[in-house]
Amino acid sequence: MYSDKVMDHFANPRNVGVLAVADGVGQVGNPVCGDMMTFYIKVENDRLADVKFQTFGCGAAIAVSSMVSEMAKGKTLAEAMAITNDLVAEELGGLPKNKMHCSNLGADALHEAIKNYEDKRAGRAPAAKPAGDLHEHEGEACACPYCETALEEENKAFCRACHVEFEECPACGGITKKGDAVCIHCGAPLKKAS
Amino acid sequence: MTSVYLDRIAATPLLPEVREAMGPFLGEAFGNPQSLHAAGRRAQEAVEEAREDVAALVGAQAAEIYFTASGTEANNFAIKGLALGHQAKGRHIVVSAIEHSSVLNSVKALERQGFTMTLVPVDGSGRVDPAAVEKALTKDTTLVSVMTANSEVGTIEPIAAIAAAAKPRGILVHTDAVAAAGSVSLDVQALGVDALSLAGDQFYGPKGGAALFVRKGVRILPLVDGGIQEGGRRGGTENVPAIVGLGRAARLAARDMDARRAALVPLRDSLLDELPGRIERVLVTGSRTDRLPHHASFCVEFVEGEAMLLSLDMQGVAASSGSACTSKALKASHVLLAMGLDHATAQGSLIFSLLDGTIPAGVDRLLEVFPPIVDRLRRMSPLWTEHLKKRGS
Repeated sequence: MYSDKVMDHFANPRNVGVLAVADGVGQVGNPVCGDMMTFYIKVENDRLADVKFQTFGCGAAIAVSSMVSEMAKGKTLAEAMAITNDLVAEELGGLPKNKMHCSNLGADALHEAIKNYEDKRAGRAPAAKPAGDLHEHEGEACACPYCETALEEENKAFCRACHVEFEECPACGGITKKGDAVCIHCGAPLKKAS
Repeated sequence: MTSVYLDRIAATPLLPEVREAMGPFLGEAFGNPQSLHAAGRRAQEAVEEAREDVAALVGAQAAEIYFTASGTEANNFAIKGLALGHQAKGRHIVVSAIEHSSVLNSVKALERQGFTMTLVPVDGSGRVDPAAVEKALTKDTTLVSVMTANSEVGTIEPIAAIAAAAKPRGILVHTDAVAAAGSVSLDVQALGVDALSLAGDQFYGPKGGAALFVRKGVRILPLVDGGIQEGGRRGGTENVPAIVGLGRAARLAARDMDARRAALVPLRDSLLDELPGRIERVLVTGSRTDRLPHHASFCVEFVEGEAMLLSLDMQGVAASSGSACTSKALKASHVLLAMGLDHATAQGSLIFSLLDGTIPAGVDRLLEVFPPIVDRLRRMSPLWTEHLKKRGS
């Protein structure tokens, strides 16, 4: 089910731990959706001098965190922000379809840590989450397709538990992750976010 | 590396006697049981002999046993066949909150046809209160379905008391005994049920050999329309090898049940007693008293089930989990949530189910390799770090 690379990063994860004095901390996920990741970064001369993480989650979640930390270490902040979920999954030799969710969390947690660093440096309060306008769904209440947490009435485009943004699939009308290539329900191609 | 298989609830191996009994029907004895000639008669005799054996395992008559391809099919057949067969009388079904998905989704399918359902809750040990079932019954109720035992937490349900509450009102009672049949002594008369599902792959029979008991005289509509097989209630050419295997496995289970139980219970109890002593913040899930003899289940706090399964597998230990990450749907176990556990704790679900013949050394091996695995995963868990901080260490 998992590639050798995933199993290697699961069995021997790189950069596990906590930075007692971190320049930025990013936390995504929630035990409700299965995974929770915390990334700690140390920044020197606009580069990630150190990256550490802790993960509560499945094998894929642990391997993804480890891979993200390895990819990010030593990179400039701009380079690290360019690490996408797809790149992480690719570096790991692919992930099972239903575990792609975990790769989303990994890069997101790193990016959150960088944003946290930038906010702190600029003296800003942490950025608010984007709002969206998904349509009402017939029948069952609107729920996150990953963790099934009911989505909030005022912000249906975002799962607070998983930190995932959604859009509606034009083909099947299901809620799917924004920016994905294909709908997680029907596999129809989605327009890339501009 | 020694390998230890502790995932009986997923699959059991064929017993040599079962494989032997099946052998001819995978070879020269290929006849169709519905044929008039000698080849057909040989197959038919074997199928009927298996029917006797399965009936004997649950105290039924042979004519009350219908072969199906899986426990899931047996549950679909029971729920849909009984509910649709009695819908002139009413359209309300009562099931427990911890039923297998084949029961819950069968009821959901009926809901789309206008049936209504009441889910009866369970207590913290996964036990269904017969009084709660009785309270859920309405004038419109025609069917109650509660499982004999739950495969995720091992709890055995008070089916006889539940049936006693429903029967006086003329309500049918089905029990999904897939997790229990072959491991615990079951008698449909003593239980007072009208229908009971079982599957041979849970007690050393082949995959594909399962059955539904339907009490004589109870109306049930077929799920698979077809020919005259299974008294017209389940069409399709009989899967003779699987049925023969199921029959033989049932005969052996009835013969050896007490001995198997006597060997398994001490091993099960040593796991239930010792694991929480070796690892902190581990809780036993399910009942300690009314429990399947081969079943030990836990929730390990601050770590996730799939990560534990992968680590155990690297050490040659096979187990299972009800964690969301383990399920393809990434959904937390409805059983553990119904028992009142929170999502994070349910994520740490782990199930060890013992095959007969498991030796104490196998359990010892698990007790030896498991604590370091939990320790390693906890050291990378932000929830564990948070816990240590709160505890002040």
